[in-house]
Amino acid sequence: MTIAKGIDLGTLDDLVEGFRDPAAARVITAEIAVLGASLEAKGIEPRLMEVCGSHTVAIFRSGIRDLLPSNVKLISGPGCPVCVTSVAEVDRAIAIANTPGTILTTFGDMMRVPGTSTSLEKEKAEGADVRVVYSPLDALNLAAEKQATGGDERIVFFAAGFETTAPTVAAAILQAADMGLSNFYIQSTHKTIPSAMRGLLDTPELGLSGFICPGHVSAIIGARAYDFIADEFKVPAVVSGFEPLDILMSVKMLLAQIDEGRAEVETEYGRIVSDEGNPRAIEVLDQVFRVSDAEWRGIGTLPNTGLVLRSEYERFDAPLAFDVRVEPGRDNPACECGEILRGLKAPTDCKLFAGVCTPENPQGACMVSTEGSCAAYYKYGRDES
Amino acid sequence: MCIGVPGQLLEIDGWKAMVEVGGARRETNVMLISDAAPGDWVLIHAGYAISKVDEAEALETLGYLREITEGLGAELAGDTAPEIA
Ligand code: SF4
Repeated sequence: MTIAKGIDLGTLDDLVEGFRDPAAARVITAEIAVLGASLEAKGIEPRLMEVCGSHTVAIFRSGIRDLLPSNVKLISGPGCPVCVTSVAEVDRAIAIANTPGTILTTFGDMMRVPGTSTSLEKEKAEGADVRVVYSPLDALNLAAEKQATGGDERIVFFAAGFETTAPTVAAAILQAADMGLSNFYIQSTHKTIPSAMRGLLDTPELGLSGFICPGHVSAIIGARAYDFIADEFKVPAVVSGFEPLDILMSVKMLLAQIDEGRAEVETEYGRIVSDEGNPRAIEVLDQVFRVSDAEWRGIGTLPNTGLVLRSEYERFDAPLAFDVRVEPGRDNPACECGEILRGLKAPTDCKLFAGVCTPENPQGACMVSTEGSCAAYYKYGRDES
Repeated sequence: MCIGVPGQLLEIDGWKAMVEVGGARRETNVMLISDAAPGDWVLIHAGYAISKVDEAEALETLGYLREITEGLGAELAGDTAPEIA
């Protein structure tokens, strides 16, 4: 064991507070206004998509939409992992949770996601053993404890998330293998971001002029993973952090690129994101998972956007270990999540929004997660269109 | 859901590490980063350190932000304060 010497605790405040300075926000907002005017004079109305749900929440919470010139539009993208988990996968998790002798663990946001006819939360109230965890390690530790004390329950982690979260689940699998656990399983609904962005770029009616790329997905995969966006599609992309100044700077960088007719991948979030990402995390991810097609809720199947366990780790695969059958899932037909996740509609375009569908009684996944577009609009921006 | 918080590594014991986040000590797992050492700043997500914080980059950006609030930009901004939380 080693003990740290010379810790400088002052830096932490700067790492967070330094990126919330209102004076700097005023300056950058003024610079954005100048760029907005220049673009307006050229008849350009930039449509910038923030792909990541955590960005959506940060943008609403800090009121950034109201600071932007009227010709600059921010569009929320599909980057809320809970929102894009398919109804069939939720139905499958529910069926697994209802198998006797099972403890199903998952992140809190997954509890209220509607399946075809019920949710994990409702099944828990009916007696299924469903537990909220903060880390796949909590599920792993529970499995280790059960195995050590002769408990015969099977522990399943219902895993959703992008490249940020998938390496942590891969790490837990490697640890489970290392520990010789035979009672630990995962149901992977992991999805990958760059291929999904390709799908968005192939949707011409979206008319995207720039991407605010997810900061923490990029911490793993690196900024170079987006090169195709600039090279093939001639669309600018900026990898952004999550504090208000990070987002304002990223918007400014995108507008400057558009104004100058450039299309490049730039990184605003250099303190966390490098060009290559985190090679160790990528190695662990690749060791455990392989790429597959994936079903995105409301969008459909997108090629090469899913992560499933490699055959060497199949013994941890819950859908293989549990013989459950699920019908193709059914969403509320009036729910517009699919169009919203692709940026084609705003939540306020949905007839159910804020009437039938509320965070207390969500009809679609976009209203469940705090990072869902519908939930963010409901909480922060109901009168926007 | 991809939210991460910065923290500073205090002690490392194999894959397990103690990290200080906003004044509180927490356990984290360092299996996903290479060459982690006490004193390093890391980003923590779902119980794992998933990235090291590049201190030089952080200081450079902070320096830039300080500069623009002191320089010409401040005049340009006028005195309408945006509401940021
Ligand atoms: S408001 Fe509800 S029903 Fe409408 S799109 Fe959003 S989640 Fe679906």
